[in-house]
Amino acid sequence: MKELGTLGTMFLSFAKIGTFTLGGGYAMIPLIEREVVTSHKWIEEDDFLDMVVLAQTAPGILAMNISILVGNRIAGKRGAVVAALASGLPSFIIILLFAMFLTQFQDNEIINKMFCAIRPAVVALIAVPVFSLAKGAKVSMKNVWIPVATAILIWGFSLSPIYIILAAMVAGVATAYYAARVSRKDGTQKDK
Amino acid sequence: MEGTNGMLYLELFYVFFKIGLFGFGGGAAMISLIQFELVEHHQWVTITEFTNMVAVSQITPGPIGINCATYAGYLASGNVFGSAVATFALVLPSFIIMLILAKLMSRFKDNPYVESVMKYLRLVVVGLIAAAALMLITPESFGENYADWRSWVIFIAAFVATKWLKLHPILMICIAAVVGVIIY
Repeated sequence: MKELGTLGTMFLSFAKIGTFTLGGGYAMIPLIEREVVTSHKWIEEDDFLDMVVLAQTAPGILAMNISILVGNRIAGKRGAVVAALASGLPSFIIILLFAMFLTQFQDNEIINKMFCAIRPAVVALIAVPVFSLAKGAKVSMKNVWIPVATAILIWGFSLSPIYIILAAMVAGVATAYYAARVSRKDGTQKDK
Repeated sequence: MEGTNGMLYLELFYVFFKIGLFGFGGGAAMISLIQFELVEHHQWVTITEFTNMVAVSQITPGPIGINCATYAGYLASGNVFGSAVATFALVLPSFIIMLILAKLMSRFKDNPYVESVMKYLRLVVVGLIAAAALMLITPESFGENYADWRSWVIFIAAFVATKWLKLHPILMICIAAVVGVIIY
């Protein structure tokens, strides 16, 4: 009974987060933090920050990943399901209504005019984070070819992004392996 | 008819599972994956519909990935079930991966291999988002031969407003909608 109460409270908390965050994953983090760390004290601050890092490392939707981790910590697998469902459901319903509405009115002149201007504006909206993220990814003269080549291969040559992601993973593992070997070699030489 | 519909849902499931599995770097980076699969590969959605969909995702609450999956599932199948399949498939890999990682959390933290892979992935993500923006610059949105100057003015104004004037994206899209009704 007590568990059911916790699951219920959790559902409401995460549904609230899902309903009131505009602007996607990163905007949701402070709200999730306020709910689970500050108000309900389900999780310690340090634990929460570790979860955010882990959620960012993994693929998938950031807000979903965090919800699943937090739900799992609070009430096991059942908690993870409840948290994921609650944080996804509001946007699912709202966007579905939008999709139905817009398919219904796809020949409406005013709506089409609106979207004529919205479309180029959205391209700008997608282009803006390229520059801020480039700072965060430590793009330099030495490695700038990686994002440039990625963009050209996908845009110009229609290569699936998945291949580039896989290649980046292989390169990351190879670099770390090489670094580990070099440092091990250095270590043994110093021993001698 | 029944059979082809069944296939469509299976395909929707497979495509969105793949997007969920390889969708590193958040919503904006996921856009190029979604666009590649839906517009180029499967042609479930036209580029105009896709651009409209991205716009709607930006102004409705919740994660952009969920918004895109729900919307695209609806456009591809024409019903709610398609939306549900796409959204469920998108989240399923997260579910599996996060529950496994939760158990390995301590070992995963500060692992040099993970850090090295992330360093490369962060660079790729910048390129993924740039590709998404470039792929959205189409004749459908910028006029035949990209010659509609009004689109370019809106594009530049929107870029300046969000990047330097820090105008909220939702407000920016609402302003664009009003401008569209006036000038088109």
